[in-house]
Amino acid sequence: MIVWALDFATVAVGLALVLCVWRLLRGPEAPDRVLALDTMYVNVVALVVLLGIRHGSDLYFEAALLIALLGFAATVALARYLSRGDIIE
Amino acid sequence: MDTLQQLHPVWQAAIAIALVAGGLFAMVGAIGLLRFPDFYMRLHAPTKATTLGVGGVLLASLFITWSGGGFGLHEVLITLFVFITAPVSANLLAQAALHLRVPSKAGDAPPVDGQA
Repeated sequence: MIVWALDFATVAVGLALVLCVWRLLRGPEAPDRVLALDTMYVNVVALVVLLGIRHGSDLYFEAALLIALLGFAATVALARYLSRGDIIE
Repeated sequence: MDTLQQLHPVWQAAIAIALVAGGLFAMVGAIGLLRFPDFYMRLHAPTKATTLGVGGVLLASLFITWSGGGFGLHEVLITLFVFITAPVSANLLAQAALHLRVPSKAGDAPPVDGQA
């Protein structure tokens, strides 16, 4: 049961990533692409945590935390760039 | 994987339910991101559903750590960080979209910061 649930969650998050790539390529506006990238970061955090559960290792959580931090920084920088024209004033 | 299957059946059921719920929420968020008609509606789907999806997966991981007698500081940290930053980045993106006057189904965007 638990192996089936793990497989299901991995496939669902992977499929969600593919749908986000579709939105990233299609646009149509720049904020749409930034939003798709932000969603991909969040989904990748979930995918890395799922890998950590599967392999029973604590190391994956450090990677997930790093990806979450970098994803937030990237989204903030891109959103600031879109609304102000530069990142650091 | 083998250690997971040797857990108590109640823990196994709780972990499986959290995993399936997390996967479903992540899927729903991505479908919303793909299918909603304008940017402001699309902003709503990933910020809520995908955050809950990550929450479900991290809850499953937390259950596994608890069943082994651990505290699960890593999971709590990631959950807190994702749940705090998701609304902030959504707000910044909405501000950027309003500034760029991204078209909305609800009519034209109002002027921002008095810049007509």
